[in-house]
Amino acid sequence: MANVTTIHEDDVLINEHGYNDHFHDHHHGDKYQTNFLTHYVFSMDHKMISKQFLITGMFWALIGAAFSVIFRLQLGFPEQSLAWIKPLLGKWIVIDPTTGVGTLMPEFYYALVTMHGTVIVFFVLTAGLSGTFSNLLIPLQVGARDMASPFMNMLSYWFFFAAGIVMFYSLFVSTGPFAGGWTAYPPLSALPQASSGSGTGMSLWLISLILFVISVVLGGTNYITTVLNLRTKGMTMWRLPLTVWAFFITAIVGLVSFPVLASGFFMLITDRSLGTSFFLSDIFISGQALDRVGGSPILYQHIFWFLGHPEVYIIILPAMGLVSEVMSVHARKPIFGYKAMVYSLGTIAFLSCIVWAHHMFASGINPLISNFFMTFTMIIAVPSSVKVFNWLTTLYRGNIRLNAPMLFALGFVTMFISGGLTGIFMASTPIDIQIHDTYFIIAHFHLVMGVAAFFGMFAGIYHWFPKMYGRFMNEAMGKMHFWGTMICAYGIFWPMHYLGMAGVPRRYYSFDAFESFKHFSEMNKFITIFAIAAFFFQLLFIINFFYSIWHGKKVKSKNPWGANTLEWTTPIHAGHGNWPGNLPIVHRWPYDYNKDEREFVPQHIPLQPGERSDGEH
Amino acid sequence: MVQAFENSRNKIHPHKFLLYVAIVSISMMFAAFTSAYIVKQAQGNWLEYSFPIHFYFSTATIVISSFVLHRSFTAYNAGNEQRYKQFLLLGLGLGICFVVLQYFGWLALYEKGVDLKGNVSGSFFYLITFIHVLHVLGGIAALLLAVYHAFSLKFKVTASRRVKLDLVTTYWHFVDILWVYLFIFLLISK
Repeated sequence: MANVTTIHEDDVLINEHGYNDHFHDHHHGDKYQTNFLTHYVFSMDHKMISKQFLITGMFWALIGAAFSVIFRLQLGFPEQSLAWIKPLLGKWIVIDPTTGVGTLMPEFYYALVTMHGTVIVFFVLTAGLSGTFSNLLIPLQVGARDMASPFMNMLSYWFFFAAGIVMFYSLFVSTGPFAGGWTAYPPLSALPQASSGSGTGMSLWLISLILFVISVVLGGTNYITTVLNLRTKGMTMWRLPLTVWAFFITAIVGLVSFPVLASGFFMLITDRSLGTSFFLSDIFISGQALDRVGGSPILYQHIFWFLGHPEVYIIILPAMGLVSEVMSVHARKPIFGYKAMVYSLGTIAFLSCIVWAHHMFASGINPLISNFFMTFTMIIAVPSSVKVFNWLTTLYRGNIRLNAPMLFALGFVTMFISGGLTGIFMASTPIDIQIHDTYFIIAHFHLVMGVAAFFGMFAGIYHWFPKMYGRFMNEAMGKMHFWGTMICAYGIFWPMHYLGMAGVPRRYYSFDAFESFKHFSEMNKFITIFAIAAFFFQLLFIINFFYSIWHGKKVKSKNPWGANTLEWTTPIHAGHGNWPGNLPIVHRWPYDYNKDEREFVPQHIPLQPGERSDGEH
Repeated sequence: MVQAFENSRNKIHPHKFLLYVAIVSISMMFAAFTSAYIVKQAQGNWLEYSFPIHFYFSTATIVISSFVLHRSFTAYNAGNEQRYKQFLLLGLGLGICFVVLQYFGWLALYEKGVDLKGNVSGSFFYLITFIHVLHVLGGIAALLLAVYHAFSLKFKVTASRRVKLDLVTTYWHFVDILWVYLFIFLLISK
């Protein structure tokens, strides 16, 4: 900026706030949001986009959960007639003309399992969790008007939406959606003739997920830039709430790993459609050798898991951030070991990128390499334990409010412990080779990154609902939702550990042919009953959510929880731009609870004379 | 207003930072391609071939285009309208030339018997260069927009227009450097 004559208002605003911000003149929304379409549909307001992510995520969660209920019915009650869901599933339920008993077709069972995984992992726990809360909280908690690029942020949602449309469409094609597992290993994913879902279903699956990768990259670049560039005055990195730290680190991991998945998908597309052989070799179809040689299906596994493993941390890290914040607010205590929490997030994120081959111990990789991956996988237990220890010590002698958000935060910790411990078992190569592809694995990851991430998300929703809609969710229903989900989650996944230890393989349609697994049929019934109950408890949540948007108890004050972070300094119904007038200035870290006889001290309150600032030393 | 400048935190423009982050992300994709290339090559059954001359020319073209666009950007900052427009247009022309040369390079490679469907080494070459060209096309689209603005708007040096031009040229330098990396990589490791 050498030339003073070129300075004009935009430059000043860019320098002051990082971008040209005209919100001083437009307190009640801005010129881009004048009609229904630009306000509710193609909105560029991060708060609206976060609601779009959340509600789309809830839609997919409902579908993903319904899939699991249907395949659990098959596993728990294989003899029972499923004729009653024929209106929904059509030709995938075959009705025996003599007995009238309806059975689920095995092809569709595999499709259900595959879609359950894909939808929940990507659409619900990545977009629905990270998309919702990164969008809502990053600008609000760092003190920014909006994301670095609101337009790219809008595109991020619409690419996700488009990915959803393509995936939804694939459910209705006549050959069915993709059925080769959510990991889409070749050759099932590379050869259109491999199975009924491998044709059109797989093509749509790939298109959908490439759109999804674009969405993640657009969102992630925005999150990182907003955190680094648009923090308000005084908001140093060591004054960021742990939520923002978690979203920031998650975005970095996503940005490093999702493009790798995209490159794998491009190779898969050319293998499918253009006749290349990146992942294909020595394939025989009905005795006939395929003329595609030289490829390696293991190469795909490496590429996939280079994303796939960081992906589970992309799912769990935001939940950890939400839980840390919710726990501190509702225990009325500073988070224990703030910096240790940040460093452990960073360590987990780094380790997550160098442990991918622990998903491939059974693929015949070099045992020496396995040892490397085994060691680093086990080391993840260290930062994870640091986090668990800090959550527990945050609670210790806290003034705990046992409301719905806090309950879910506590539930998160129990799930993370009971699911995480089994992770150490399966990190060990010899044990993994025994329990590989069994229900032990299913139990492990559902507890540690499925249910736990959902709990983190629920904690976030119950806690920030007042910020999103200016109303509270119903507390009694919230508690019922928590206890129901908690009990059902253990009811479903605890017994699965025993199934897995006995060697019961995952993804099997039926166990009739295996004498050794026959005695588990009662246990499978037990699991299915809990799965159905869990599904109904989620309906309770959805009813509560939508009822509360319009009829919930109104929020009377700006800061109903007595929290310290900046989002609670905005008006109850904040317009686009978040703060009328100037941006708040930050003077302290976000965890000054019960300090010097004061119950809580928000971040924008200046230090008193002689007051020592916590957290930054 | 001068006051505001004194208080400013001298940060990089957020859009520029967005671009840097996106560049990291795109680089990861190509890192994945080239790592897969190395892994696959180590497994044997690898066809070796020499590159058609087109790819050497295209490399020179995109390197020159990068310098030209840099001159355009400096001319803009210096307030030299003539040079700014000329070099911008020339840069766009060279960029299009690059894509055309890549296309003819592919045809020549095919003539030599290296087929997309054949040995994996050829498949990798076509796929990597094609995905790179897609990124170049994105750059060309941005350049077209920059040229349109350069010729349709009244010439004026402002911070916001400087940032936009900076974004376009930075991205272009990136696809240039990316190509040089890929070319050297493919040359050495084939």
